[in-house]
Amino acid sequence: MRSFITKRLALGVLVLFGVVLITFVLTRVIPSNPAAQWVGQRATAEQIQAAKVELGLDKPLYVQLGKYLGNILKGDLGRSLRSHQPVVAELKAYLPATIELVLVSTIVAMFIGIPLGVTSAKRKDHLVDHISRFFSVGAVSLPTFWVGMFLQLIFYRWLELLPLGDQLSMGIKLTRNIPHITGFLLFDSLVTGDFVVFRDALAHIILPGITIALYPMGLVARMTRSALLEILDEDYIRAARSYGLPEKMVLWSYALKNSLGPTATVVALSIGYTLVNTFLVEAIFSWPGIGNYIASAVISLDYPAIMGVTIFSACAYVMLNLVADIIIALDPRVRV
Amino acid sequence: MGGYFEIKNLKVDFKTFDGGKNVINIDNLSLDKGETFGIVGESGAGKTVLALAILRLLFSPPAFVRDGSILFEGEELLKKTERDMQKIRGRRISMIFQDPMSTLNPVFTVGEQIVRVLRSKNRVSRKKAVKEALEMIDMVKLPDAGRIMNKYPHELSGGQRQRIVIAIALSCGAEMLIADEPTRNLDVTIQAGILKLIAELQKELGVTVLFIANNLGLVSATCEKIAILHSGRIVETGTVREVLKDPRHPYTRTLINAIPKNRGQRVNVEKVSFKEDKSVCEGWCRYYSRCTEKQDICRMQGPVLRPVGGMHMTACHLALKGGGIGGKGNIEG
Amino acid sequence: MTKNIGILNSVKPRIKEIRLSLYLLSRNRLTRLSLVVVILLILVAIVSPYIVPYPEHIETEANPRDKLLPPSGKYVFGTDELGRDIFSRVLYGTRISLQTALVAVGLALVIGIPLGAVAGATGGIVDEIIMRITDIFLSFPPLLLAIAIAAFLGPSLENAMIAIAISWWPWYTRIIRGQAVSIRERQFVKAARAIGTSPVRIIFGHTVPNCIAPVIVQASMDIGGVILTIASLSFLGLGAQAPTPEWGLMVSTSRNYFLNAWWYSIFPGLAIFVTVLVFNLLGDGMREILDPKTRKI
Repeated sequence: MRSFITKRLALGVLVLFGVVLITFVLTRVIPSNPAAQWVGQRATAEQIQAAKVELGLDKPLYVQLGKYLGNILKGDLGRSLRSHQPVVAELKAYLPATIELVLVSTIVAMFIGIPLGVTSAKRKDHLVDHISRFFSVGAVSLPTFWVGMFLQLIFYRWLELLPLGDQLSMGIKLTRNIPHITGFLLFDSLVTGDFVVFRDALAHIILPGITIALYPMGLVARMTRSALLEILDEDYIRAARSYGLPEKMVLWSYALKNSLGPTATVVALSIGYTLVNTFLVEAIFSWPGIGNYIASAVISLDYPAIMGVTIFSACAYVMLNLVADIIIALDPRVRV
Repeated sequence: MGGYFEIKNLKVDFKTFDGGKNVINIDNLSLDKGETFGIVGESGAGKTVLALAILRLLFSPPAFVRDGSILFEGEELLKKTERDMQKIRGRRISMIFQDPMSTLNPVFTVGEQIVRVLRSKNRVSRKKAVKEALEMIDMVKLPDAGRIMNKYPHELSGGQRQRIVIAIALSCGAEMLIADEPTRNLDVTIQAGILKLIAELQKELGVTVLFIANNLGLVSATCEKIAILHSGRIVETGTVREVLKDPRHPYTRTLINAIPKNRGQRVNVEKVSFKEDKSVCEGWCRYYSRCTEKQDICRMQGPVLRPVGGMHMTACHLALKGGGIGGKGNIEG
Repeated sequence: MTKNIGILNSVKPRIKEIRLSLYLLSRNRLTRLSLVVVILLILVAIVSPYIVPYPEHIETEANPRDKLLPPSGKYVFGTDELGRDIFSRVLYGTRISLQTALVAVGLALVIGIPLGAVAGATGGIVDEIIMRITDIFLSFPPLLLAIAIAAFLGPSLENAMIAIAISWWPWYTRIIRGQAVSIRERQFVKAARAIGTSPVRIIFGHTVPNCIAPVIVQASMDIGGVILTIASLSFLGLGAQAPTPEWGLMVSTSRNYFLNAWWYSIFPGLAIFVTVLVFNLLGDGMREILDPKTRKI
């Protein structure tokens, strides 16, 4: 098992390197003037030239690449061209919001998707099955950006139940001390007992959370259903029934465990899709996460920021794939 | 005679989009308590369907039990609710299957599988269940029970797996065991071991065994009474001695003929026909197209099981003409 | 006499399969319904330029006085900020979406199938190289890749098509390669090689025809996802550009107005949803019918 993980990690590093390389080349190829951006709008030619030297832009490309790679290993991702702040610090500031959102959505997706798939498989071809299959296919067919807007329309505009966007209301942000331990608002406010902030944060995360959760929910429900149907045809399920085991036990403990492998793979594969969806949703809901950060970075061609976020996302993606592979390898039959 | 386990007029149909087909049509089958009863039939004769039908494990659709009754200790199994059947399965009637690898759940250790069944059915604590599981593994004559407990099915050999399957099946004290071709997928030497185990367990626990196989030689060696199944119908039944010494049905004779005998003696292949004629109609003898001794009456009326002496019964119009037809193919008891 | 039996025995099961598929299709109401709607959409796409109520609104602006009107008898889906009829634009958008999706998937197939066939049929180092390249592409989430490529190529509908094709081909290559490898070992391929048929002829005359079916099925099931991707790219500004009446672009533009003009975002978005939904349902239904394991029978 250990060698398996090491091998996959090595492969992951290779992929990461490829990503860095490609992004690096791309950002250099797109015409832009990073030095000018760094100095600001009313810069003189000399100032721009000085900035070029300072940023190391006068050196040949491969030297720049080498320096950049070296810096990465030191944990330095450069400085944002717009804010002059270290990219790493900016990432740290914006990351928790995104992670909180992704976490909440994934949990919701699992908690609804898996039971839905199980029920659907148990009552195959009944009304419940048809409805939940329709729902699953519907969930993966919805354009996420549209769902976000749609929910805003209904719950903010028409029903006036939930806020339009952002993590917390303006009022709360101005008048209260926001607890900050991990950066995860829901967790922090719960742990410190600040229920006003907790309720506000909860209200704000509902709409974007559901919007993002829909796609993986549909996927998980569908995958669970089809995996389960295949398993329920297997001989060992028939044998379990012949021992007189109650159907509930056969379904939830015998059959389900066998289906977790393929479901995990599907979820891991869908994480890439979910990531992009998260960025879209952050834009729509003005959520202060990495999505917004990278959106403005791309527009202003702030390439250190772009590189930083790309590397981070690639890392996350590789990690998640690794986790999925490990889950599959947990199946005792798989020789690892 | 009978009274313990009895099947009467059981009719099972299979409905596909192409049409329906009658798969089982059994007039009469009865077991005494504690005996070993064998059912012999070739592939497709309906053996597994029969076994599943007894425990009500058939999927409807596509299978439908059209008629009949299955009586176990006087209780009608076909009329029981699913909950009642769950109580019967494992605890009173148990089943073992043909392929031990696919019968065991691949993601649980074998010990865990026994424990789960024990805990679910007998509601014992985990500690007690583990102890009982170890006892069961000992009982099926597997050495080093502690080590075997923690193995996964794919880590065991075929023979070991089948012993575990037997252990699970008998763990809740079943009095009747249905064995659906339990040695089909095993090597010959391993086969002998499993058969010996079943015989021993039967003596020790007093279990009634319904042994289903496609090998007449195998069944005759292990069972006291046998029934020959063809196309879902019982064509001959009786004690092993009766049937083998004086086979009345042409099919039985073909089966006996096909057993390889002493070295140098050829098998009379001419009498073994493999054609399956789909045009056999309702009301004909089902064996008509392959029969080498058919007459006109076989086309007009389906034969019914009728006694021909002792416990010996046969479903053949020609068998009632007294004495075995020809002396070929008999085996000295 | 043996020859005739050979043909008969291969034709009879095929006919039975077709009969079984049609029977299952007739039993599955949802699949039938989606098939009908898909055909309807294709028809709409073909005839839309001729049946829209306000053909001039499709691209050029008109009637600034009529801007942001709610749905009415005159404008069935209401109007946008330039006074254009949303119903006409949504209808025409069907054509754009379906066309773009077909071209993108077609391109992906054109790239993917030969690559996969060559890899599978040739084996050896050619196989290794092609599959490594495929793996690299496959390790990226396709949507992300498409966004990156589209951003790089410059925002336009054509570039979006190319971007999608480049992100999608590896999936087809993998499928074809798997099939080709198993076909490579089949008798008729070995026979062809023994006679001395040129490798190109073997690949395109024997291998490809025999493994193309699952890929075509997969590709048609992908169309729903591709339409969604196109809409997403356009939403981001990387696909269709104004004034093209593409659904994703319309939803994107509506962001500034939709809280007070709900019709502007609802109808184009609904169009995306319904179209993708029926294609996915159809794909699902087809898969159920064609896959012997999920049939009940």
